[in-house]
Amino acid sequence: MTLPEALHRSLTALIGQCEHPAEHAVDVLYALQAHFGYLSDEAIQQAAGLLGMSPLKLEELATFYTFLYRRPVGHYVIHVCDSLMCWLEGYESIRDYLSRRLAIGMGETTADGLFTLLPVCCIGYCDRAPAMLINRKVYGELTPEKIDTILENLRNAHQGIRPSSRTGAQTP
Amino acid sequence: MTAAYPQILLKGRHPDRILTLAEYRTQGGYQALAHVLDKQTPEQVRHRVSEALLLGRGGAAFPAGRKMETVPEDAPHPRYVICNADEMEPGTFKDRVLLHTSPHLLIEGMIIAAYAVSAERGIIFIRPEYENAARILERELAIARDNNLLGDDILGSGYGFELSVHRSAGRYICGEVTAQINALMGRRPNPQQPPPYPTVAGLWGKPTLVQNVETFACIPSIMTQGADWFRQLALTDSGAGSKLFCISGRVNRPGVYELPLGIPLSEIIEEHAGGMRPGSRFKACLPGGASTGFLPAEHYHIPMDFDSLHKVGNRLGTGAIMVFDQTVCLVAATVNLMAFFARESCGWCTPCREGLPYLLTLLERIEAGEGRAEDPDIIATMCRQLYMSYCAFAPGAAAPVESLLTHFRDEVQAHISARRCPLATQAALGEVS
Repeated sequence: MTLPEALHRSLTALIGQCEHPAEHAVDVLYALQAHFGYLSDEAIQQAAGLLGMSPLKLEELATFYTFLYRRPVGHYVIHVCDSLMCWLEGYESIRDYLSRRLAIGMGETTADGLFTLLPVCCIGYCDRAPAMLINRKVYGELTPEKIDTILENLRNAHQGIRPSSRTGAQTP
Repeated sequence: MTAAYPQILLKGRHPDRILTLAEYRTQGGYQALAHVLDKQTPEQVRHRVSEALLLGRGGAAFPAGRKMETVPEDAPHPRYVICNADEMEPGTFKDRVLLHTSPHLLIEGMIIAAYAVSAERGIIFIRPEYENAARILERELAIARDNNLLGDDILGSGYGFELSVHRSAGRYICGEVTAQINALMGRRPNPQQPPPYPTVAGLWGKPTLVQNVETFACIPSIMTQGADWFRQLALTDSGAGSKLFCISGRVNRPGVYELPLGIPLSEIIEEHAGGMRPGSRFKACLPGGASTGFLPAEHYHIPMDFDSLHKVGNRLGTGAIMVFDQTVCLVAATVNLMAFFARESCGWCTPCREGLPYLLTLLERIEAGEGRAEDPDIIATMCRQLYMSYCAFAPGAAAPVESLLTHFRDEVQAHISARRCPLATQAALGEVS
């Protein structure tokens, strides 16, 4: 399987403008992850070819980083912060609530392929604890009600329906 | 209330957007750069930063001027300047706030620092959780370039410097300088013990100056106002400059506050963070992130600077204050911290990779009421073993644990004797890790 030509072209251009292609290893992995949905074996091979690095070196990176997924993930990846301040402000009840609402445990993906639930370490929103990321967008001062609205909006967005304004989504 | 102290880093702060280039210039921005490029040599810049006693604001507190001086005069080119925007120390969010307040302050500080070590290329290494800040930076860098503040011939001076953003894919160890350099080279971000030091041979084997966001942000005002002025901002003789203190936990107004180094902890809590929450009494805090020790109530009025904390066996670290009240079990809090450290270990060296999970198990057992009389001593021994690890990560993890044994031994003992958590703040934390 080959990459779409536009993607191949843009990645080749990105790598070409740099003296050291390996500097773009993470960028290439991010781009291929976006295309394949996760970093499949195929994605690793493609990355290796583009960068002129061995697949093993890419495998090392793909299995190391928090936001690179070496296994399939849902359309939305939920990262719930479980570090000290979020823990103090109710991480466990937030985690349990999400788990119940989505009917999955930590590390699992919903049957409809929409949500994956994962923990994450301090995301730097301790002043808005408890907080989480969904596809790297921050949601803070979480409550069960806010979570319901966020999940509903995301489900609707996935089906092309307009979101409600009650999410309390991130401001920097 | 915070207007009582000079706002330098957060000058002109808007609540919900950045300072534009025009606004930054109106309040004096880029005048330092213009003056430096026109009137000063790299050596003079390094000298002034050294005189100002600017200590690194990313947690390690290494003197910034001295770090610049370790780039050998005859070192090869290209040279690199890296901004460590990988802020991931639990409790710390000052760089997030600074990036969303005054990105041009960071840019200006980086260009001046680059000039000081004759560097051609700069990279802002930013954590993926700060994607919003990464986009803001890319946009503002383009604007800076359009205004001749970056490129081949900055402000017509003949000095050239290029600056770009590099997005990490996320792990705490990437904040360690040598691991960050490995990450930038597309390698697994294991730390790399010096020698050589990064300023001698770092990124691609070339001289590389790495500093925290806040450290760079201090540089422009040091250049315009002078080293004496910077030192005198602090309330103590041992301190120099202002500091972005983060505060969170059982206070009414968590947030980032720019305050002089040496300000009493009690003043930060009571005057700036709105005091303890209703019903909360100060029990302890972590003064500077997860890699510092629990500071007990006897130090409630301690001056918050690097020296004063060092004198009581603690560290200022990132200045990220996490406040605990009487309802918080510090054993449970330490379990949470150890779960964090165990998970974030890069796994490369044995004392860390094996020691942290073992410590976590011991602490979890104590919290669950299954601690044994000999456990505190085993924990103390294991903490000392952590100091044999390859980098500073594991010793950082030891800090809260050792302080728990030093200052809150009674609380640990109570768990063991009563065979349960006396506070039962949270349920047994078996699922946290």
